[in-house]
Amino acid sequence: MIPVLKVVAPGFHTTIQDEGRRGFQHVGVPVSGALDRNGYTLANALAGNTQGSACLEIIGSGPELEVVGSSVRIALVGSGGGLEINERGDPLVRSGQSARVTKGETVRVRLGGDAFCSYLAIEGGFNVPLCLGSRSTYTRAGFGGFSGRQIRSGDTLHGYADDVAARDEVTFSEERNLRLDQPIRVVLGPQDDCFTEAAIQEFLHGAYTITPASDRMGFRLAGPLLEHKNDYNIVSDGIVTGSIQVPGSKLPIVLMADAQTTGGYPKIATVISADLPLLGVRGTGRTVRFQLVSREDAEKIRRAEHQHLLNVIRDIRPVSESKGISIEALYNQNLIDGIIDANI
Amino acid sequence: MDDFRILQAADSALVIEFGSTIDRKISERVLALAEALKSAGLPGVTEVVATFRSLNVNYDSLVTAGRDLEQAITAFVTESGASSHVRQLWDIPVCYDPQFAPDIEDVAKSVGLTTAEVAALHASTQYHVYMIGFVPGYPYLGDLPAKLQLPRRPEPRTRVPPGSLAIASSMTAVYPYESPGGWHLIGRSPVRFFNPESAKGALLGPGDAVKFRPVTPEEFSGIRLAVERNDFVPTSTEIAA
Repeated sequence: MIPVLKVVAPGFHTTIQDEGRRGFQHVGVPVSGALDRNGYTLANALAGNTQGSACLEIIGSGPELEVVGSSVRIALVGSGGGLEINERGDPLVRSGQSARVTKGETVRVRLGGDAFCSYLAIEGGFNVPLCLGSRSTYTRAGFGGFSGRQIRSGDTLHGYADDVAARDEVTFSEERNLRLDQPIRVVLGPQDDCFTEAAIQEFLHGAYTITPASDRMGFRLAGPLLEHKNDYNIVSDGIVTGSIQVPGSKLPIVLMADAQTTGGYPKIATVISADLPLLGVRGTGRTVRFQLVSREDAEKIRRAEHQHLLNVIRDIRPVSESKGISIEALYNQNLIDGIIDANI
Repeated sequence: MDDFRILQAADSALVIEFGSTIDRKISERVLALAEALKSAGLPGVTEVVATFRSLNVNYDSLVTAGRDLEQAITAFVTESGASSHVRQLWDIPVCYDPQFAPDIEDVAKSVGLTTAEVAALHASTQYHVYMIGFVPGYPYLGDLPAKLQLPRRPEPRTRVPPGSLAIASSMTAVYPYESPGGWHLIGRSPVRFFNPESAKGALLGPGDAVKFRPVTPEEFSGIRLAVERNDFVPTSTEIAA
């Protein structure tokens, strides 16, 4: 356990998360893990980590951290914003770019306005004890992550190395697109037969807003009411991340990372696995529209999104190469051809 | 047997549904399939989650297609009958003394028994763990003797102390954590039902059996202290399903 960062200010809701806790849902343990799996994966990639390293998930406002190790490589992935390293007086280290910070420096995490959750990775990953096979924090029951809770002022966060080698810092080849207006794709069921046909049409064609009562457990939506055919109570069955349950209020709740494992309300539809990160980054006040796809489509989309993520990671390049206009990049994106065409 | 249906939870899980009620025979089929799938180790299956009436089979859609998994599971359902695995019968100390049982007098009045009779009837029954849910380690145990079955309290409590023994409709349970709850509280157990530092996490698993053993407030305190020293774990014996 090597001390790397001390928490000067914790931010609004900052927890240690990884890919989640699998294998214990049959005894009531939620999966937890990053709300935005893509942002989490990309932050780790920038920091030079292989999959599975624990990150800080930052919601609402960013923490302020003092470097107590000799040096640490950090990277923030969210949307806009960046890292203010206050001993340097330099411009922000933009979100989507790695940086090496040294002992005594203070890092302020400045969030952009668009992403509900951002991820701060350090090279080697945060070192907290594995709890039921995962480092993810489950605050409701107080286990996992940093003592089972959000980080607080005065906490010392540990890593795996006291010093990291200086190297070219890296960034993405393209700006990250959160696709905030893209419909969230769903497959109907498992209990779509508990709803009237009119309710299913309302659900698929209406616009919903994520309400402030939302948290890591579930996103509560406001919008068209969804009528049950009969009773809204069913004998409890299983829940997955992305289950959309409709209780007696007739308003849908999308169950997210910290969702309970079983529940007694019918589930009209389920968010496809590829779109869980797209929903996870949308915060309170954002609009959600749903779009129906088949399970086979969902599987194809998952593979395509996974390949896209691998491509983004493959195209991570040194910051020094990405400054100014890269003619090569313009060619690769067919922008030059497009400009020429437009002028003809 | 073809009296089951396979429902979709997008590309995250298949729901193998054997019925829509709380029924011991349905539960046994869910548990038998869970066992069969755990031993089978089908590619892409990440975990199986047993509930009252269905089995969630979670999978990674980058590894397997839902359609292929459905075919494989259908074969298992038709082959697996009732659960045949050996079960653990747990001996769980519980104190029914009114200081730990804020609702036992009301329950006794409602069902026309004395508080001692309520405790004796509750403790004389062997319960089946249908499923674990609500919060980590919360066991849904049934079936409660018909005489003790009551609807939930009209006003749920916002804070139920950990270890509380509760009843509602045909179920009884112990709250592993302080949480809100609408069930009637008729005792308290000094045992820890969930420990994130243990390998299994939860004391009980779906398919286990439970019998409650009444203890005095003094015995409760003694066991509680031993639990805090990590010096007490309830005993279990193997029984045939």
